Amino acid sequence: MPDNEKIIEIEVLRYRPEQDAEPVLQTYQVPFTDDMSVLQGLQYIKDYLDGTVSFRWSCRMAICGSCGMMVNGKPELSCKTFLRDYYPGKLRVEALAHLPIERDLVVSVGDFVKKLASVKPYIIPKEARSLDDGEYLQTPAQLAQYEQFSSCINCLLCYAACPQYGMNPAFTGPAALALLHRYNADSRDGGKAERMELVHSEEGVWSCTLVGYCSEVCPKGVDPARAINMNKTSSAADYFLRFVMPKGVVK
Amino acid sequence: MFASQSTMLRGTHMEVFKADVVIIGAGGAGLRAAIAVAEADPALTIALVSKVYPMRSHTVAAEGGAAAVTLPHDNLDYHFNDTVGGGDWLCEQDVVEYFVAHAHREMVQMEHWGCPWSRTADGHANVRAFGGMKVERTWFAADKTGFHMLHTLFQTSIKYPSIKRFDEHFCVDLVVEDGRVQGVVAIEIATGEFRLIEAKAVIIATGGAGRVFRENTNGGIVTGDGMALAYRHGVPLRDMEFMQYHPTCMPGTGLLFTEACRGEGGFLLNKDGYRYLQDYGLGPPDPSPRNKAMELGPRDRLSQAFWHEKQKGRTINGPHGAVVHLDLRHIGERKLRERLPQIYELAEEFLGVDPAREPIPVLPAVHYTMGGILADGKTASPLRGLYSVGECSSVGIHGANRLGSNSLTELIVFGKVAGDEASAFAKTVTIGNPAALAKQAEAIRARALGIVSKDGGTERMVVLRTEMAKSMEDGCGIYRLGPEMQATCNKIDELKQRYKRLKIDDHSRAWNTEWLLAIELGYLLDVAQAIVYSAINRKESRGSHQRLDGFEQRDDTNYLKHTLAYYAGDGAPRIGYGAVKITKSKPGTRAYGAAGEKADAERKNEASHA
Repeated sequence: MPDNEKIIEIEVLRYRPEQDAEPVLQTYQVPFTDDMSVLQGLQYIKDYLDGTVSFRWSCRMAICGSCGMMVNGKPELSCKTFLRDYYPGKLRVEALAHLPIERDLVVSVGDFVKKLASVKPYIIPKEARSLDDGEYLQTPAQLAQYEQFSSCINCLLCYAACPQYGMNPAFTGPAALALLHRYNADSRDGGKAERMELVHSEEGVWSCTLVGYCSEVCPKGVDPARAINMNKTSSAADYFLRFVMPKGVVK
Repeated sequence: MFASQSTMLRGTHMEVFKADVVIIGAGGAGLRAAIAVAEADPALTIALVSKVYPMRSHTVAAEGGAAAVTLPHDNLDYHFNDTVGGGDWLCEQDVVEYFVAHAHREMVQMEHWGCPWSRTADGHANVRAFGGMKVERTWFAADKTGFHMLHTLFQTSIKYPSIKRFDEHFCVDLVVEDGRVQGVVAIEIATGEFRLIEAKAVIIATGGAGRVFRENTNGGIVTGDGMALAYRHGVPLRDMEFMQYHPTCMPGTGLLFTEACRGEGGFLLNKDGYRYLQDYGLGPPDPSPRNKAMELGPRDRLSQAFWHEKQKGRTINGPHGAVVHLDLRHIGERKLRERLPQIYELAEEFLGVDPAREPIPVLPAVHYTMGGILADGKTASPLRGLYSVGECSSVGIHGANRLGSNSLTELIVFGKVAGDEASAFAKTVTIGNPAALAKQAEAIRARALGIVSKDGGTERMVVLRTEMAKSMEDGCGIYRLGPEMQATCNKIDELKQRYKRLKIDDHSRAWNTEWLLAIELGYLLDVAQAIVYSAINRKESRGSHQRLDGFEQRDDTNYLKHTLAYYAGDGAPRIGYGAVKITKSKPGTRAYGAAGEKADAERKNEASHA
């Protein structure tokens, strides 16, 4: 550490299931330099002050999606949130909102993974093609239809931001619906009709009240609110079309 | 975690899951292997064990792309020659032949599964130039290729019901009985409970070991787990001295700026704004990218050139030491945003640098483990039933220096091979003696619990980890010296002793990451020891292993062979050697730039006269 280091106070919401009846705040004094992230602050705590603090992290470069947490009440990736931006004030880190805490800053991801599976997040081919025939042709314009939505890193910041998910955990939620749309919008895919059942359902797009905070906190510009809104339009169109077209024709 | 509770048999001591094939690691290689098993025979039960959720695996951080011969003027021989020459003739040439021949089909398979490859105007997969590659053949998904491949594989894997995932399960050992691997023991991280997963075949796909070094591009999870596990069970680690330094990384953190920056036309400049690579046999300095020249030379040569520039005082002093400049300004903001969006974001958010307006400060950092678990061309290890694939494995395609964009392709080409081979093997054997496996599992649990329950330790983990990483950087850096390597051998031996006196703050069981870090440090130290002892014994310079103590030249007479490091408990590893398979490329002069083109022409001439 250089001589000119500063000290920032970091409050960590602790919850150890084997000893804590409920979460409690614990405060640490952390020396830092201006290039240090909140994650590096936590690593300092774990290495030098208190080895019992638990949190997930890996890539350090905002692509693995492990290190989401509430930083002063806002969902952030701790690897690309910097201590300097909170100094000389203090900083409070807590587990992501709306998700069950397993321990300290670690939340349960299992519910999201089930929701991801429920949207059938894989190509259901519109037309079969053998490997010998080479790749499907897809123009840059067709790629652009879904590329943004394929950039979701599953960090769950949008679930922590979503007031609907907070009230109703059955809601499929922003990231999974964005990924649903990602496949529906892919020119290679023909599975939209199957996925629209979920879109129409109570847990689907109609649970969303268009607060838009999910898109604001997304660290990758995925814009799940837009994906949901596009599916609302699509869902509403389906609703009316079913009176005029035989079931199954809707694409 | 989708493992159904009904298939969990609660024994007297530990939950047991019965699988046909267990795969440790669910990054690109592990997922591809799992899908291959599921497609080979849907009746086989697959246990896919990962210490993180699959989409967190370090494949996610690969940026630039995946190589496969694609354009009409390219051919398999070119890719073969680039790879074998790039590896300084330490590749298994029959395996490279298989690799280049199957690369394109596997890329198309990824496309059918939905990978959002960047496209040409007419809708075909686009390819870009990459270091050491004669022709553009690197498929890419902007500069997030690993991310997209990983998520495509993970999401696709969801449709196969025979893949039972054990997410956030930390593997602590292999169970070897009757001369054959028959399962693994893992800790469920959320609870600290142990599980025995019986299996007829085991595939290790745990990635590299870059975290043995200080400044590196790797995620915190890249700790050599599978390498150490195989090694401790007598499987040699091959060619571990070959560690790749990537030439363009972020000062301080080591985060990666992809080689695609240079594939798209980026320059490397010293403090005088001079494209210094022309002084190191890589010229001429054309203004636009020229394959296998200048900034598109191989990584070992570029990192070595940085070292020389630093010695000459021609680097730039930054807050984290010497750097050079990666200049992307002439590419223009629009193209940078399209082709290199993540690089743009990293430069802006982590460094406060707008790459369309300022050069990015960069330096070499440890990036890739060329060596790994000894595997034959079909991914099988010498231990019956054990297979390995991906960065943890030494299947033989990288030799002494990997070419960028060969490793993502390796994951899918050999992931499929490993899945096919393991499923075929699983059908030929049965679990012999479940009671013996359970007894072993109990002993493994006791050892792992011994680490977390220990009181009275004196050695703080961060101190050991920091000393290890510093010493590895000093002894096994870009250039190496005998006495420095010896000092590192001594240091790692010493750290292995001090590791026994590790101080643990946290004695709980649920999500005790200090416990897991302690086990990982044990893996790291074993792998570090294999690396440095392999290095000090290779008395020549080849690829990424460069010495300055009288062994500056490649020595094909004595060292055209693979290093094999055998685990020897507390002692130094035993070092042996194995033959290199040469099929059609005799070791030649490794040259790039204009000199490389001349050497190519001469070789072609020789061949036509032969």
